[in-house]
Parts: sequence; C-alpha cells; structure tokens
Amino acid sequence: MSSASGARDFGVYIHVPFCAVRCGYCDFNTYAPGEVEGATREGYVTAALAEMALARETMRGDGRPARTVFFGGGTPTMLDSAALVALLEGVRGTWGLSADAEVTTEANPDSVTPESLHALARAGFTRVSLGMQSAVPHVLATLERTHRPANVARAVAAAREAGLKVSLDLIYGTPGESLSDWRASLEAVLELEPDHVSAYALVIEPGTRMGAQLRRGEVAPTDPDVQADMYELADTMLSAAGYDWYEVSNWAREPADRCRHNLAYWRSQDWWGIGPGAHSYLGPRVQGDGIAAGASRWWNVKHPRAYAARLAAGESPAAETEPLADEDLRLEQVMLRLRLSEGIPAALVEGRAEAIARLIADGVLDGGAAVRGTLRLTRRGRLLADLAVRALAF
Amino acid sequence: MRTERSGGTLDFVGEWRAPCRPNRGTVITVSGDPRIEPASTQPALIRNFCIIAHIDHGKSTLADRMLGITGVVSERAARAQYLDRMDIERERGITIKSQAVRMPWTVDGQPHALNMIDTPGHVDFTYEVSRSLAACEGAILLVDAAQGIEAQTLANLYLALENDLTIIPVLNKIDLPSADPDRYAAELAQLIGCEVDDVLRVSGKTGAGVPELLDRVVRDIPAPVGDASAPTRAMIFDSVYDTYRGVVTYVRVVDGGLKPREKIAMMSTLATHDLLEIGVISPEPVPTKGLGVGEVGYLITGVKDVRQSKVGDTVTLASRRAQESLGGYRDPRPMVYSGLFPLDGSDFPILRDALDKLQLNDASLVYEPESSVALGFGFRCGYLGLLHLEIVRDRLEREFGLDLISTAPNVVYEVTMEDGKVITVTNPSEYPGGKIREVREPVVKASILVPSEFIGTVMELCQERRGTMGTMNYLSETRVEMHYTLPLAEVVFDFFDQLKSRTRGYGSLDYEPAGDQVADLVKVDILLQGETVDAFSAVVHKDAAYAYGLSMVGKLKNLIDRQQFEVPVQAAIGSRVIARETIRAIRKDVLAKCYGGDISRKRKLLEKQKAGKKRMKNIGSVEVPPEAFIAALSTSDDGSDKGKKK
Repeated sequence: MSSASGARDFGVYIHVPFCAVRCGYCDFNTYAPGEVEGATREGYVTAALAEMALARETMRGDGRPARTVFFGGGTPTMLDSAALVALLEGVRGTWGLSADAEVTTEANPDSVTPESLHALARAGFTRVSLGMQSAVPHVLATLERTHRPANVARAVAAAREAGLKVSLDLIYGTPGESLSDWRASLEAVLELEPDHVSAYALVIEPGTRMGAQLRRGEVAPTDPDVQADMYELADTMLSAAGYDWYEVSNWAREPADRCRHNLAYWRSQDWWGIGPGAHSYLGPRVQGDGIAAGASRWWNVKHPRAYAARLAAGESPAAETEPLADEDLRLEQVMLRLRLSEGIPAALVEGRAEAIARLIADGVLDGGAAVRGTLRLTRRGRLLADLAVRALAF
Repeated sequence: MRTERSGGTLDFVGEWRAPCRPNRGTVITVSGDPRIEPASTQPALIRNFCIIAHIDHGKSTLADRMLGITGVVSERAARAQYLDRMDIERERGITIKSQAVRMPWTVDGQPHALNMIDTPGHVDFTYEVSRSLAACEGAILLVDAAQGIEAQTLANLYLALENDLTIIPVLNKIDLPSADPDRYAAELAQLIGCEVDDVLRVSGKTGAGVPELLDRVVRDIPAPVGDASAPTRAMIFDSVYDTYRGVVTYVRVVDGGLKPREKIAMMSTLATHDLLEIGVISPEPVPTKGLGVGEVGYLITGVKDVRQSKVGDTVTLASRRAQESLGGYRDPRPMVYSGLFPLDGSDFPILRDALDKLQLNDASLVYEPESSVALGFGFRCGYLGLLHLEIVRDRLEREFGLDLISTAPNVVYEVTMEDGKVITVTNPSEYPGGKIREVREPVVKASILVPSEFIGTVMELCQERRGTMGTMNYLSETRVEMHYTLPLAEVVFDFFDQLKSRTRGYGSLDYEPAGDQVADLVKVDILLQGETVDAFSAVVHKDAAYAYGLSMVGKLKNLIDRQQFEVPVQAAIGSRVIARETIRAIRKDVLAKCYGGDISRKRKLLEKQKAGKKRMKNIGSVEVPPEAFIAALSTSDDGSDKGKKK
C-alpha cells in the first residue's frame, strides 16, 4: 500500500450501461436496446479496458491493489460472463486484486444461469446482488419489472450453489403498494435467507416515465409517512430474523456479509469508476512524480458512444473534475458516515453541541453513544438522516 | 391588498438637470408676451384651476392635450415626457405629488396665464388634495362619458365646493362608442345644479372640445384676488425632494410677492431660508424675476428635508412678516400602522437609510425602530392610509432593492385601564393585559357608490364589517350613493377588495376620518409551540376573534414545514386558547440511496440548503420560512396554494 495515499483502501466500480428494458422509475445512466445507436457491448468492453490502461498511467506509483470491485448498472449481466470476466481480468492486470477482494455484480434474476454464475465465481467474483424489488406481482408490474418472482428463488439457489454470497435488493413505496404487500415481499426475502438485504424507498424522478405518469395524475405518490411505516416494518422484521442494519438502507447477517465496496464510499475511501457516466474519487495524495495532489472527484461523459469515442482517440473520458477542499471533505464525511451504524466521531462536528442536544431530545441521535463520543442515528433518526446532517453540518 | 385610486397623473415638472436649463439668474420669457410675464402679470389675467377626475377617466390625456394646444409642449413630446415621473405613479395611475404648470391662452385677443395645478386623487392624501384645491379658484370636474362619476370624485368635488371653487363640468371620452353623454350629463347637472347644456363634452384623445374648455376656464373661473401691497403670504401646496436641487416647494402667492435672493420665513416654525431660486413650470422649471399676487410657481431654498417646507404652511418674508398665516395648516396624522422588517436581518441598516431618504420626500411618513421576536429588527411605520402604506413599501423595495415583510396593518387604539390610565396602542403586540375599562377605535364616514342592484350586497358587507348605515342618495335612477360609518380597522382589512369583488368591480369607495367609538375588542395572540409570534398578534372585535384565530392557525399549519418535533399552533385570547392545530413531526427526511455517483450532487444540495436555512426565521426552535410570514400576513391568500408541505 502506498504511504502517499495514507491508509485509504482502493476499489473499482465498473458501470455497465445496458438493460433489457428500461423500467419506468429508472433514472440511471443505462440504455435498453434501441435506445442507443452505435454503442455495442463489444465496443463497451474495449473502451472500458482502454480506460483501465489510462488509469494505470494516472495512478502510476500508487501500489494499492483493488480490495473491492463492483459491477453496477444498468444490468451488468446483460454482458455474458466471458465479458464480465474479461473486465475483472482487466482490473487484476491494472491494479491487482487483494487476496481477500470482494467482487460483486448486480444482476437481474432473469439474466443469470447456474452456468454463468459458476463462471463468474471461478473467475473471482464473490458476491451477487439480485434486483428482486418485490415479491408481489402488481407491484412488479407497476415497476415494469419483467422477472417472475419464482426466478428469484432459482437465481438465489444457483448463486449459493456457485459459492457466491447473495444480496437481495428491494424497493418499497411503489404507487399502489400496501403495507401488507410490503410485508409479503419481506417474508419472501426472509424465506430465501440471503446474506444481505438492501431496501430503498422509491423516488419518482421528474425525468422518468413514472415521473410523467405522476404529473399526469395516473399514479399517486406514496405518502412519506407510509414509507416511514414501511421502513420501520422492514427494520423490525429484518432485525428479528438476525439481520443488522449497518447503513440506512442496508442490512447484513454478519459484519463479514456487509458490502465492503459500498462501505468504502461511505467511509470516503478511494475508488476509480470505469464506464460511461461513472464517478471516481481520489483523496489527497502524492503522485508518482512526487507532487502533492488535493482530493478530487470526476465523472465520465454519460453516453456510451461518446465514452467509446474519447477512449478510441486516446483521450480521457472525464467530463468534469471537481477539486474538493477540506471543508467539502468534512461535509461529505458527515453526510456519508452518519448513514452508517458506526456513526461519526463527535469531534468531526465542532461547536454544534446545541444542535446535537436537540437531535438527542427529539430521538434522532442515540444519546448514550453521543455521551461516549459517537454520533449515531436511532431508528427514527435513520429516517431523518438528511435532516440530522443539515443540523450537524451547519 | 388593493385600494381605490383615482386620477391619472399630471407631472409637469421637467428634468431639473436638463441641459437646456438656463443658468441661475438668467430670466427668459415664458410666454413671449410681456402682458403675462411672471411677476408682472395682472391678477385679472391669471386663472388657477385643477382637474378633479377618477382614475382612468382621462385626466392625463386631457392635460397633455392642453399642454399641446396652448403650445407649451409639442403634442408628440407631451405624452412621452410629461406624463409621469415615478414608476409607481405610472403603474398605479395615481399622482403622489402634485405639481403645477403655467400655460398661455388667448381669448378675444387678450392673453391669459393659466395655472393648471395637479391634485392627488386618493383619499389617503385628502389633506394634500385640500391644499391643492385651496390654491385654485376653479376646478374642471372631469367624468368619463362611458362610466359616470365615482365616489372619490364626489369626495374631491365636495372638497372643491367647500373651498368655494367654480366648477366646470366636463364629460370626457365622447369619442368612445360606449359613451353615453346624455345620461351622464344629466347626472352631472343634477349633482352640481346646472343645466344639462352647461356640461361640456370633450375628447382628450382627439382634442375635440378642448379649446372651448380652455375658453370656459378663462370666462368662468374667477381671477385671483389679493393685496399686492400687503405683507407677503404664499401657501405651500406641495413640497418635493429633488436629489440635485434639494427641496422644491410649490406655492400660490396670495398677498404681496416673492423675489429671488430674498429671505423667506415659514410661519409655522419661524425658520428662515434664503430664496436661491424662484420660477414657474412651463413645462420646464424656468427661473423668473419673482411671483406676484395670484401666481403659482416654485421656490428653492437649499433645504434638504421636506419637513422644513410643509404642505399647508404659509411663506412670508423675513424682513416683513405677515401677522396671520393663511390657515388650514395641520400636521399629518398617521391613520394606519404596520411593521416593516427586512427579510434578511442584515439589511436593517439599509432599510433605516432608505426610510430616512423617503422621508425627505414624504412629510407624512413616520417611523420608529421596532424589534420583533419573530421578525427581528425593523420599523413601526405610520401612514396616511393603506395606499400610502403600499406606495412606501413598493418604493423601498424598488428603489432600494429591499425584500420586506410588512405586518398586517392596524389602526390606533386608545385603551383606558381600570385605574384610569390611558394607553395609546399603535402595535397590537403592545396591547395591554390586565383590567381594561374601555377601548376606543377610530371610525370613518364612508361613501360608497354603486349601481342600485348592489344595494343589498353592500349592506351585507357593511353589516359584516360593523358598519352603521347613514343616508342613501340616488344620483340617478340606477346609481346610488350609500353612507356608512365604519370602524377604520374593518376598512383597512381587505374591505375594498371585497367591495370590488362583490359588486363585480362597479363599487367605488371613499372615506374620511370621523372620530372614534367604544368597541368590544380583544387581542388574539398566535402561539407556535407555546411561544407568542408577535407579528401575528391582532386586535379584533370579540365576535371575529374565533374566526381570526381559526384562519391563522389553519394558514400556519399549511405554511410551516413539518419539524423534527410536533408543533402546536394555537390562537389565544390572554391565556384562553380559542383554536388549535398541530403540525405533526416529520417522519421521513432521507434519500434512501447514496452511492459513489450521488455524492457530489448531494453535497451541493446540502450547500444550497444551507443558504436556504440562513433565511429561516426562528420562533423558539421552530424554523419558519419568511414566505410563511408573507403569506400568513396577506389578507387575501389563505395560504393553501402553497400546498401542504411534508
């Protein structure tokens, strides 16, 4: 590990911008067939590997291997396993993989087979995160998810079989979803005994199809108080089944089952994002040429074709770079780490004693932990994390 | 909040810094005819008149036309250049400050000097109107031939008759297809007691009838009368602050005369000033050798504050003082009070400087610093009326770039305690607790003019507003003038808006102070989480207290964002709660997903929220957006359009 980058871990995110169909609620940088002309999956793999070559150049002298790799999207499993393996090999060749590396891919239950999962596991993948969303057909239909609930069980079994850890992703607060619908989905999840569960409240973004339906009054938004009820139900059921929350929307059986890659984001570790629209972050460091560089974040051009064209021309695909001042970093730390069960050291927010006392009084922060020097959200506080961050940060 | 305004504006004052302005001391001729030169015109050749008209009845157009026909300005320049001075006047179609212009007009080969004196039309400025009228011997009563006379025009006509002015009735806009001159000529004739044929018919737009009108001014309006050898007495009928010249004072000479470089004295204060410049407006300010009996013109003494040159005061010569002032002078008395607070607390010094500057030009504006728990530091301001309040606020925002919150306007209450102590309350939050023997509130005499089909509607409205009915006169078969005595507090609270909407825009209103009355009043406080929000305290009639409380807590419940704790919103009289709502604690304020690609966007959002939080007003620990104060304090908005916030 390079002393120049301090004790920070290094991870790699690989953004795969393809989906079989675009779901009505989705505002991610992804493209269904027909949405994107002139950007092929082959072209994408070539371009992603070219970006890794550029990254090797940029991070010359930084000896850190990747401790985590995360394939997200989109639907990474729209690429065949050979392509995913080739990309992972690219990571290995560029930075190296640490012996205990966590390698995750997101997957659609419909786009994995026992064979493909075995191939991934053999190549070094350790974890699969399945987009289950719901076990209730009418909720899946509203979300325009095409998978059949039964496929989820098959995919989970196949992943287990292949020796992969399994995470299930859920969405709650879909228009028309009742509290008992949500309970049914949670029960289905517990029956499958995953290692890890993520549960996200649906946010209807203005630019999406569902956003347009909302504007036209065709769907009704879920009352935020009902979403709060749903969150509390999830936390109650998951913790009773032995899953502990470690981040606002994430629960795991054992500490070892937590997603280390995502933890790295919340702990302000370093990562390189490969692919169209991917974000990267490197903290303060000394570069290979001995010159100190401040922390910065940058992100790539969004469109797969523009991304591929840049790399074909030997240019960086970065669209914009944001230098981060110490004050920015401090704000980000409060904003990100407060979401974790480990909380933040009270020392990170100075001069906010009154705000902290108020948050304790209102049941947002855990008073006992605060007295011992750590600011940690209570269950009620997890639902008010943004409010707490505003109160603490300024 | 809107109030009735009347009268298009006439602003004859040219640009003081116009390049063509002659050097001081150089006297140029105004008319070209030595018989009507300022300072040497025989009073017999002078006519002083004003135009009484309702807003939109075409006063400006007619005045412009007169300026053109008399050759004072080219017709084309008239509209563009002399119409309006201040933006606000232009937008509202009202005259805030009156001025005067001198025009030559020849009848039967004899040149005359006509002084057209502008009058503000609105009831808030009744005193200024009365002084303008006092400077005239006659008035043109100008009425839209398609609309007929309005209440404020009647009010000003009344003032003109009180001042013994000769009235020339004129119907304007006869060129309009909808004009019904026969009908309204009959109405006017009945009103002032003349023959229908005496009512002139003109069109300011086309110029038809305007020369005949000017002839009538010369023939009908009496020449001014005064004693040229008596000690000088000139009445101030307007006083305007000009950035370049200081205060410009408009006077009508009654006795004696004024000459440049004399020392003058103000009879109310005995203060003396050097007369740096004296002149007439035609339509540019033109310095003259002086002003003689009956003449109208301006004075510049170098003073910087209009309070040193008050409307209604008498100017005399320091060397030969008059014994008696002309009378009619009184200090302006604020009728309506309201708190003004900067939205951004750090703007307080700017607001203070801005008010100081406005007062240079507005002797009737009074203010003193006020501190509110809810709104921070600001000023308690006294105004002549609602329109005056609105104008001051607009000017502060527009000319000084301030964002302001103004509290609901209130009137002045006289509270007598059990022990006989009398307390004058200009701010509801200072309304005394304890044993009160009696509360007195100001009342006004209102005159409401409506088509007769709305009589019932108006009676209903006035009854709701605690009005007492007086007489009712039919102006014609279809139009009626209704007289009511109403508490001023009821009038300042959206009365005019209600009148307009309930009479489909036909109702017009005029009112004047008429003393005070004992009333059954209580103070209603609004409490957020147990803390009184002083800005929302109101003195209301006992019967209206419950409705006020209910409406305020309802509005606030909708306007205040849910906090991390439950917030009770209560209305109370003393310690008795009369209405209550609860803003439930917020339960969810978190974005579920926050990964690598979300961080920069989320941090920037936080920084934006930080800026937003700075604007919040804190009531105890409740954060209230300033928009909530504005919406809750507005009379017409029920606050619901902002939507229920989470």
